[in-house]
Amino acid sequence: MVEQSTSIDITSLVKRHGATLAVDHVSLTVQHGEFFSLLGPSGAGKTSVLRMIAGFETPDEGTIRIDGRSMEAVPPNRRPVNLVFQSYALFPHLTVAENVAFGPKMQGVPRGEIMSRVRVALDMVKLSSKEERLPAQLSGGEQQRVALARALVNRPAVLLLDEPLSALDQQLRQEMQVELKSIQERAGCTFVCVTHHQEEALTMSDRVAVMHQGRVLQIGSPQDLYESPTSAFVARFIGVSNELRGIVRRIDGDRAVVQSPDLPGEVQIVLPDHPTLKEGSAVTVLLRPERLRLSVVAQGLSGEQSLAASVDKVLYSGSDRRYMVRLGERVVWNVRVPNDESGRNGFVRGDAVYVCWQISDAVVLTE
Amino acid sequence: MKIASPAGWAVSSGRAVSWWLLGPGLFWMGLLFFVPLCLVVVISFAGRGTYGGIVWSFSLTNYLDLLHPLYARILGQSILLAAGTTLLCLIMGFPLAYYIARAAPGRQGIWLLLVMIPFWTNFLVRTYAWMFILRTEGLLNTVLLKLGLIATPIELLYSDTAVVIGLVYGYLPFMVLPLFVALERVDRTLVEAAWDLYATRWAVFWRIILPLARPGVMAGCLLVFIPSLGAFLTPDLLGGARSMMLGNLIQHEFLVARDWPLGAVISCVLMLFVVGMMGWSLRIAKPLSQREHES
Repeated sequence: MVEQSTSIDITSLVKRHGATLAVDHVSLTVQHGEFFSLLGPSGAGKTSVLRMIAGFETPDEGTIRIDGRSMEAVPPNRRPVNLVFQSYALFPHLTVAENVAFGPKMQGVPRGEIMSRVRVALDMVKLSSKEERLPAQLSGGEQQRVALARALVNRPAVLLLDEPLSALDQQLRQEMQVELKSIQERAGCTFVCVTHHQEEALTMSDRVAVMHQGRVLQIGSPQDLYESPTSAFVARFIGVSNELRGIVRRIDGDRAVVQSPDLPGEVQIVLPDHPTLKEGSAVTVLLRPERLRLSVVAQGLSGEQSLAASVDKVLYSGSDRRYMVRLGERVVWNVRVPNDESGRNGFVRGDAVYVCWQISDAVVLTE
Repeated sequence: MKIASPAGWAVSSGRAVSWWLLGPGLFWMGLLFFVPLCLVVVISFAGRGTYGGIVWSFSLTNYLDLLHPLYARILGQSILLAAGTTLLCLIMGFPLAYYIARAAPGRQGIWLLLVMIPFWTNFLVRTYAWMFILRTEGLLNTVLLKLGLIATPIELLYSDTAVVIGLVYGYLPFMVLPLFVALERVDRTLVEAAWDLYATRWAVFWRIILPLARPGVMAGCLLVFIPSLGAFLTPDLLGGARSMMLGNLIQHEFLVARDWPLGAVISCVLMLFVVGMMGWSLRIAKPLSQREHES
């Protein structure tokens, strides 16, 4: 593995818009050559962070360092970063080649070198044949590639992407996810990408920071975020999550027994122990739909927990079936069962079933 | 089925109705504009009577008279003054229009209103006001003398300078408005993109803002240059006898010299010049969307 060093170092960044904190003490570091995403719903402050890195907005507090150099009072045209705008912001009066050549030209790169660099950049995004076109003559996907080439041609230390795929249709978006990742690997520079699309962030990124209401809730690899969310918000925002509220009744060796007010009767469920759990703790139990199994018998395999439920709805989606099963008055869970041999004759609406899962698969959040 | 809606009558009999809608306007323009225009063209080929009347003959000699150095000088002077006016309006109007275009939407209305407020008063009255300002013992000289900036009054009134001052004042709004429209349409993120791509503010202006605002620049220049070229009132009042422009020459030929054919010739030449300029500028200011289809 290549030795890693810090590319961007952000400490305690604050941005106020009037009385509200658009960015609330955000600290994070991005390593060289890393694909880092800021993920969150709109208004989470992620675009503000990006614009402060680019230099279009000035932080009210905190510092941004790029390659160890403080960016305070450095205007956008002197920063070693380039931004790919959400709307692409291609210059409509310049051809594709002129658009891409703009940055090097402004930096005073010699003419001959500009031409060869433009060619390399357009090759990288597979647009060499269209260099004489105007932006309006290109499709949305092609415009996106020009915007990428126009930024990458400058060999920035950091490439910033603002919702890079949001204007593309579903299929193109998935192609570009793969493409962006491979472009990043070829270009070898740090990518910081802002997106509200969790699938996009998970597929492309090495690490993701989940933002909400101006704060960073969790930073981690896609797998970390999906499998060990530290908050209900992260769990809900990334993927589908089944939730159950409960109170710890007793600690039993390495297991905690929880009773839920939302389940009928005196049903108790067993959880993997959590260092902070004690009798009376209020917890939320999270379970991913694909970690659940439906069975006709309550007695599961060893290390399994099961709960009685009834099938509310069956959604067939080719590779798998999605069941909505009702566990209680207000508790409906999603269960995803692959359509393999065993799942061919699935359950139907109204069937009484047991939802089973490995005890260790449950994620426990304490309030 | 009959439609009894209030607008039904306008929709039902289509073409016939639309001609009636055009009728009054067409009649007015035809009788009072097009016919006199034709008369001017006809007179430009006629001869001049000894006592100022018109001799209905056909000749091109009137047009040849125009080659006289005196007329050429007035034509040249008019073009120069109009061009100077246009340039000054552009230099002053561009920053103003840019500022308004970038102002908050609520403020834009106020600024545009301020630009247009002079139109609430008659142009003649406003030009008289300028006479008071520019006179030897006028407002400007009084202030400058009091401040000790000058020892003797500057003779401003009745000079080319006064004419240009008056023209710039009168036509500045015609420059600002189209520029504002063009600049407001320039996407702000393009400016950010250029800035991000290492452009200095100066480069952002020359390479991004100005090219994208070109249709507005062309429109503004035409709207200032054309009326300036044919201006009558401003040079008449502020330029006096020393600063004659084409408009004054035409007035002079028709009303003072009573040489209608020559006045008509100058009018026709002025009109042709203006039409030619408009055609040329339409060609070079063709919007991007149309140029794309050609390549």
